[in-house]
Formats: sequence, C-alpha cells, structure tokens
Amino acid sequence: MDKLTIADKTFNSRLFLGTGKFSSNQLMQDSIVASGSELVTVALKRVDMKSGADDMLKHLNIPGVNLLPNTSGVRNAKEAVFAAQLAAEALGTKWLKLEIHPDPKYLLPDGEETLKACYELAKEGFIILPYIHADPVLCKKLEDAGASAVMPLGSPIGTNQGLKTKEFLKIIIEQSNLPVIVDAGIGVPSHAAEAMELGADAVLVNTAIAVAHDPVQMGEAFKMSVQAGRIGHLSGPGAVRQQAEASSPLTSFLSEL
Amino acid sequence: MSFKNIHQQYNWEETTQSIESKTAQDVEFALTKDRIDLEDFKALISPAGENYLEQMAQLSHRLTQKRFGKTIQLYIPLYLSNECANGCIYCGFNCQNKISRHTLNKDEILKEAEIIKSMGFEHLLLVTGEHLRNCGVDYIEEAIQLLRPHFASLSVEIAPMDLPDYNRLQKHGLNTVYVYQETYHKERYSIYHPRGKKADFDYRLETPDRLGKANIHRIGLGCLLGLENWRTDSFFTALHLQYLEKTYWRTKYSISFPRLRPHAGSFEPNYPVNDKQLVQLISAYRIFNGELEISLSTRENPIFRNNMIGLGVTNMSAGSKTEPGGYANPNKELKQFEVSDERSPAEVSGVIQSAGYETVWKDWDQCLM
Repeated sequence: MDKLTIADKTFNSRLFLGTGKFSSNQLMQDSIVASGSELVTVALKRVDMKSGADDMLKHLNIPGVNLLPNTSGVRNAKEAVFAAQLAAEALGTKWLKLEIHPDPKYLLPDGEETLKACYELAKEGFIILPYIHADPVLCKKLEDAGASAVMPLGSPIGTNQGLKTKEFLKIIIEQSNLPVIVDAGIGVPSHAAEAMELGADAVLVNTAIAVAHDPVQMGEAFKMSVQAGRIGHLSGPGAVRQQAEASSPLTSFLSEL
Repeated sequence: MSFKNIHQQYNWEETTQSIESKTAQDVEFALTKDRIDLEDFKALISPAGENYLEQMAQLSHRLTQKRFGKTIQLYIPLYLSNECANGCIYCGFNCQNKISRHTLNKDEILKEAEIIKSMGFEHLLLVTGEHLRNCGVDYIEEAIQLLRPHFASLSVEIAPMDLPDYNRLQKHGLNTVYVYQETYHKERYSIYHPRGKKADFDYRLETPDRLGKANIHRIGLGCLLGLENWRTDSFFTALHLQYLEKTYWRTKYSISFPRLRPHAGSFEPNYPVNDKQLVQLISAYRIFNGELEISLSTRENPIFRNNMIGLGVTNMSAGSKTEPGGYANPNKELKQFEVSDERSPAEVSGVIQSAGYETVWKDWDQCLM
C-alpha cells in the first residue's frame, strides 16, 4: 500500500486510533498493535501531564506509534490555544488534533472557533489536524489557515452510524489539497473501507474498536478494511451501474451500414 | 424566563396520574424508538414499565457503552463543614440535631487532601452544610484556591448561591455544582424544609439557571428518593434536565440518585424506592438521554453497586467519609449519613476492573478552565 505523508511524517498505516473507552490500558495497547496504527490521539484531560508516571501514556509508548494530543474539553479558541501549548510542552510534540466542541452533549465541532485557533496555532508552528463538520468551505479556509490535514466527521461522534455525510465528504476529497481523514461515526470495518474507496487519505476510529467484544480482533479487521479500501481506490474501480448492461447493444447496426 | 415558569405549568396530581396510566403498549412503543420524549420517559418509569426491566437494562447497557465505553470514573467527597442553618427533617446535619459541629481550617483541609491524593483521586467533591457565615462563598473560594493545584477537577455540593458568587468560584476553577431539588412538589417541599434559606423552594429551583448563566462546566441534578412519589419527582427532574440542556447547551449534566438512608434524626422515607425500581429509574434515564452522566454514591451497598457497573452508571464515589475531617480522624458523631459501601477505593477499582471496565481517575484538567 502507498504511504501517507502529513507534514513532516510518513505513515505506512492509514488507520488512526482513538484511545478512550477501552476496558483497560493493556487492551488498548494490544488493539493499537493489532491495528498497525502509527498515529493515536490522546485526550489531554485523561492523562496526568505532571507526574510523568501516567499509566495510559506508559501503555502508549509503543515503537513506531506517534501521539496526537487532542484538545477535547475546550469550548473556544482561546482555551484550545492554551491547552495546545501545555500539551506540546508536556508531551513533547507539536502535533495536535484540534477539537473544539462547546456542546458537551453531541460533541459537535465549532467551525468558527476552530478556524480562529488554527490561524493562531499555525503561527506557533503546530501541525494541526482539525476535527470539523463535513463542510467543504470550512476545509478550504482551514487550508489557508495553515492546517496540515482536515478531519471531517462521518456522523456524530460515537454513533457508529457510518458515512452519513458522504455527499459532502466527496466534495471535500475532490477539492482538498490537504490529506482528508474521516473521523467520527465509523462503526464497522466496511464503513472504513467505504471512506477509503471514496478517496479519503485515512480514517480515525475509536468507539468501534474500543467497545467491540474483541477489540484486538476488531483492530485487525479495521487494518485490513482500510488497506482493502485504499487499494480498491487506487485500482480504479469500474463505475457502479443501476442496470445490467445489454448484451445486444441497440446501436450495433450502425457498424453494419 | 427560568425553569420556574415551566414548573408552574404542571400539576403534580395530573402528572402522577398520567404516569400511572401508562400501559404495556406505551412501554413497548418507547422501547422501539431511537430517541424518546418525555411521554415515553413516563412510560418507562411507570408501574407498567416494571415488567420490562430486563429489556430496559439491556438497552441502557448498550447505550452507556456506546457513549462512555467500558469505563467508570471515580470521585470522592471531602466534607468541609457540617454546620448548617437549615432544618431539613430528613438530614443528619439538621441544625436541631444535637451533634458536634465543625468546619475545617486550612491545615485540616490540606491534611484531608493529602490522604485523598494518596488514594489516587483526581476528582474531588467539596461538601458543606448551609451556613452562610461559616462556610459561605468566601470560605469556599479559599478552599478552591487551596485545593486547585492538587486536583484535576473540583466540584461542590453546597448552599445555592447568587450568580455573582458562582461567577467568582468559576474563575477560580470550580468545575461542577451539584444541586438537588430534593422534591419538585412545591407544597410538600416546605414540610421537609421548614427553616433556613433552603425553605425558599423557588430560589433552589432556579439555581441551575444561575449555574448555566455562570458558565459552570457541569451541573448535577437529582431528587431525594423517598420523600415524595419518586416517579413524579423523576419526571420533573427529567423535565428540568431537558429544559436546561436546551437553554444552557454548553453545559454538561449529570444525575444522581440519593436514596434516603438511616441518620441521626428520626425521619423514615414516605415513598421508599426498592432496588428493582432504582434499576428501572436508572435505565429509563439512560434511554431518555444517552449522553447524561449517571452517578452512584456509597449510600448504596456493595452488591448493588457492583451490579450497576455497566448498567447505565458512569461515575462512582469510593472510600467516602461523610464527616468533616473524616479521612484523617474518623468521627462517627459528625456524619451526615451512614455509607453502605465501606470498601477502599482500591477495592472498588479492583471490582470495576474485574467487571471488564477501566477505572478512570482523571478525566479533566485544570488547564481547560
């Protein structure tokens, strides 16, 4: 499979993982390893940045796996910038999943504040991957603001509903000069494959793996589906037809005239 | 406009009757829906709903796991003071109860905090009686300033305050305020709360509105199970929750289910809630609101708590002492109520893990304020 480059890093895997909701940190680690993921997002609020002995961080110290701190919990651009600076200092990375959701119920992203924070953080040298609605115009604006990728949602986070925003994702993929990572709502491996077939550059999955009966096996299943979807996309699939093609074309007489 | 205006539109008896007249068909209909409304919620908490306990519990389990994963968050209360000017007839801190009264000073607070920290806690709930002079806003503000460097999240369960006071506390890092209406039955409320500031039903009812306006991150609601008809009170709590979510949409909500326990006074619950009914109620809330945090305290016994892991509950207290200074110097005489689950936090965490869940000690950070 072809490699993916975002900013200064190159990834062999196009599957990114979230680290919440697992029944133990050990199981989280095993699932990440099984998934082959090389980029995992971790909520600042879940880890103890002061003590240096955080159990979750300990289990995320996996060779070849990069940390993508996220700003989950912030409600506006100002809080996001502050949280990003602390994360960079504590975790030693300028990579950031920028997520601003003032609505704690559905955790839907605030595009306006995200754009503002993106301008600010880009000036400070952050590698910004913003979590946003599947809004093609916002994606272009984030490109101008200095984002390194865009992460539009497939459906509301944690719902496992698949690509409800498919028509908008198609436009984003068509227009984007940045890698497009479909985030949120991917509930089963076939959803991930579908996103990759559409031409997404990567997907981010959390709930579907963490809450599966066997998260390790599900991690592996996602690994395969992402690969299959990507290769399927690259192979140039035939057009989908609504009807079978007539075996006796109506216009064949033209060549006999 | 506040919740008071909405509350006034409802009649207690009619509401009770409407809940009690729900049928098996109403319950079945509610259980087929994607998102249920308040009429469906009534069916789930109705007597007819009791026959659907297993189905409700299964659904609650699935919905909770979808949103919160396989995790339980632990917190611990720190009782700062048992001084109280109120006369709530069901409460151990009732000013007429002849118990020793004490308010922790700074050294005592830090001593308690040190013990609590050593148990692993990052989420701390500060509790006081309602005594404006000895544990009013100045005292709470000092306590928050003192404790903020040591904990990821600070919550309070204290006397309701005016908006400017909440604004002050919010700036110092206050994350959550729990304020239970106790009962939404306005007339009966005054029988249980005969004196002190708490006798003002409307002031308490409008407290979550003030919290929403003060931009407090999380508001904890609940009613005291056992005072009045729990089904009707739970309907009003759900109504309150729905109003708050629509009005203060930036705020997170949690709900608790305090059941009346034995205490220093002589009050016996009028409408006791049995275990089966509490499971029904918790499941109904989860089906009504998939995103709500649901908290279960050490008022409940170990067996019940063990079995509620994965059944809708997301947050639990552990190792709680309900008297000021109780972690450093346990003193039964100062207690608000007897806890039923006296296991250590490590033991509770062990049980959570053996149930296939991860114990979450930290899910907030002071940098987020």
